[in-house]
Amino acid sequence: MQYNILVGGAAGEGSKMAGLVIAKLMSAHGYKVFIHEDYQSLIKGGHNFSLVRATPEGENAVKEEVDILLALNEDTIERHKHRVQGLTVYDSGVASVDHGVGVALDEIVKEAEGIPIMKNTALVASFAKIAGMKFEKTEEVLRRELTIKTEENMRVAKVAYDKSEERMQVEDLNKGPFPIVSGSQAIALGGLAAGMTDYFAYPMTPSTGVLHFLSGIEGVSTFQPESELSVASAALGAAYTGRRVMVGTSGGGFALMTESLSFSAQSEVPLVIALSQRAAPGTGVPTYTAQSDLLFSLFAGHGDIVRFVVAPGDASEAIELSAEALNIAYEYRIPAVILVDKELSENSYTVEEMPEIEKRGEDEFPSKVTSYEHTEDGISTEDPFEVKRMQEKRMSKHGPLKERVEEMDSVRVYGEGEDVLLVWGSNKGVALEVARDMGLKVVQVLVFEPFPTEKLKSALEEARTVISMENNISGQGSFIMRAKGVRIDEEVRKYDARPFTVNYLKEEIKKIVQ
Amino acid sequence: MNKNTTWCPGCGNFGIMEALREVTGEKTVIVAGIGCHGKIADYLDVKSFSSLHGRAIAAGQGIKVGNKDLDVICCVGDGDAYNEGVEHLVHAAKRNADITVLVHDNRAFALTARQFTATSPQGFKAGSTPHGSIEAPLNPMELAFAINSTFVARGYSAKKDHLAGIIRQAVDHKGFSFVEVLQPCVAWFNTFPLYNEKVYETEGPFEKEEARKMASEWNYNDEDSFIPLGVFYKEEKPSFEETLINRESVSAGELLKKMI
Ligand SMILES: Cc1ncc(C[n+]2csc(CCOP(=O)(O)OP(=O)(O)O)c2C)c(N)n1
Ligand code: SF4
Repeated sequence: MQYNILVGGAAGEGSKMAGLVIAKLMSAHGYKVFIHEDYQSLIKGGHNFSLVRATPEGENAVKEEVDILLALNEDTIERHKHRVQGLTVYDSGVASVDHGVGVALDEIVKEAEGIPIMKNTALVASFAKIAGMKFEKTEEVLRRELTIKTEENMRVAKVAYDKSEERMQVEDLNKGPFPIVSGSQAIALGGLAAGMTDYFAYPMTPSTGVLHFLSGIEGVSTFQPESELSVASAALGAAYTGRRVMVGTSGGGFALMTESLSFSAQSEVPLVIALSQRAAPGTGVPTYTAQSDLLFSLFAGHGDIVRFVVAPGDASEAIELSAEALNIAYEYRIPAVILVDKELSENSYTVEEMPEIEKRGEDEFPSKVTSYEHTEDGISTEDPFEVKRMQEKRMSKHGPLKERVEEMDSVRVYGEGEDVLLVWGSNKGVALEVARDMGLKVVQVLVFEPFPTEKLKSALEEARTVISMENNISGQGSFIMRAKGVRIDEEVRKYDARPFTVNYLKEEIKKIVQ
Repeated sequence: MNKNTTWCPGCGNFGIMEALREVTGEKTVIVAGIGCHGKIADYLDVKSFSSLHGRAIAAGQGIKVGNKDLDVICCVGDGDAYNEGVEHLVHAAKRNADITVLVHDNRAFALTARQFTATSPQGFKAGSTPHGSIEAPLNPMELAFAINSTFVARGYSAKKDHLAGIIRQAVDHKGFSFVEVLQPCVAWFNTFPLYNEKVYETEGPFEKEEARKMASEWNYNDEDSFIPLGVFYKEEKPSFEETLINRESVSAGELLKKMI
């Protein structure tokens, strides 16, 4: 049995928190959960929702059909009623729905002597009862999550639970609870596992989650300087002293960091940037997704630059590849980019356990470092012989790194099928689900620079049709792969700043393969 | 280190370099900007980090955050500190970063062959302003106070020992030290005659009000006022790095286990 649960409300009503707690409740019943967050660039009002998918094996994709809709306001019902196939649980104080389950959130909160923001707690507790969950288990999860005004929240929960009626029975799979990790948190965990000591960032959605998460952890040094120019410059300064530093941003901030990316290449002081894409160009659509900074990440920076660019597809891969980016950057003394997007950064995934990760690379740097072309001892030079020699020294890192990339897990193949869905980044989840239902094979690219050309070509060798899918209008991934001589027959591009849904992708694939 | 300097004979940068030779050592990192001044990193036999144009102050703060035991001296130009990257100066002072910013102020872009900067006088005739710059200069000393620098001083490259004394105090100061150095550029803007006639030494530090008055005595535009030198102001305040948390090694695996 699997469940698709949507919790929605206006910004400020706590739908995100409610979504997380419901995910944790499902996780406590043995389900692997995936949370898709959808919110607008505003602080009060508007419409926010969390879509919680709870499945026995884990499906990291957005599906249209909703089994349970939990509405904190009427707007949520209006917007999503067309997709509800099961139950609508709503605040009976503000709406009414035929055949729905109304919960008098206001009255419950008043009776329990809580405060209005606790309406989301009441909704979650009602859900638990409606879903046939035991109060003890519900309470255990709620206590863990609601660390502020816990007792008031528990009173509200108890009243709401008692006033609701059981309508279904969510089967307890007697497993879990599993850790639930957002992509941003995964980047942080991967960095820490590979010895990250400092994280510098200027806030920019959708990358800010990394900064918030790390700032909340005792013992981790975070720094919010005055701009991304400063972030990247300070990161290079700290790295020069031997710290293992990471920075994070979105496209606009990355644009400001490109000067330092180039400096990193020249000085051979590593710079590790987590770049979370939003819909662009310009300020774009700040809280919605895209995959349109791939070419930018591959070519950013003046001069010839050897770099490492990875594109994880879910939280587990974000842990592994963030660690790998940090390690490779310090081993090869080059800039590295962890390319993610709004979906991966802010959605949450079930991560059962930490992969084995070790810290690699040297933390000691020459005493004289410079952005000028320089001799081996760090003195600036214009001598043609020295310039040529140093260009070659830096470029000589490419060959060995390319070999490493061909050997590592830079291309992954899933399932069987004559037709192949070629995918990168956060589209992994939806591709896997659709491919399984439609009998396709999935090939995923996880490293974009150096590009694993041989590995990818051999994975695609016997394919009848290679269908590339991505979230941008120009087909950036396809462009780069074709440039490497990879065959791509068909393309699916989505560029409305929203992720592919299972339903949408299936329709698109049907148009291509019978 | 490169012993062969490429500065013009008579350049004010020589005086700054000699002053720095007297006060730098094992713990010093020179963080240089880009311009004639920045070449100093090549010529001093100490640790150095030659940053990008305008970014030395940002990089210097990263170095100090990375290793609190280092003495960070940012050798920056007026173009490098007051034009490109002026935000880093403002915020370094605001957070009281424990670094010294030493501005080689020749009041011109020198390495790019003479254009006006933030401290060039109005009417400055140069490559991009053949009829004279229409902008009045910024007074960096007033800026230093406006951004709450906890150490404010001005030196003159031709007064090497006096300058060395200032730099020594600046480095010893726990917090943000702003040292503006009048550095004549003999090629593009020879201010030696003006400064030799107008500068005078003061015995600071002074109370804030008096120090501020001193900062305003010369506006970087006229040629009539006298120009005070010395340590104008000093204030004790916790430095940014002092207040940063201590790092511990954090286990990602343990963190993950708590995320249920
Ligand atoms: C981003 C960037 N813009 C422009 C330049 C070109 N440039 C090199 S030095 C310089 C001006 C230097 O002026 P200043 O900082 O006053 O130093 P000075 O040469 O006078 O010592 C400029 C504009 C550069 N190197 N980088
Ligand atoms: S151009 Fe001016 S600042 Fe540059 S070396 Fe010559 S005198 Fe010195």
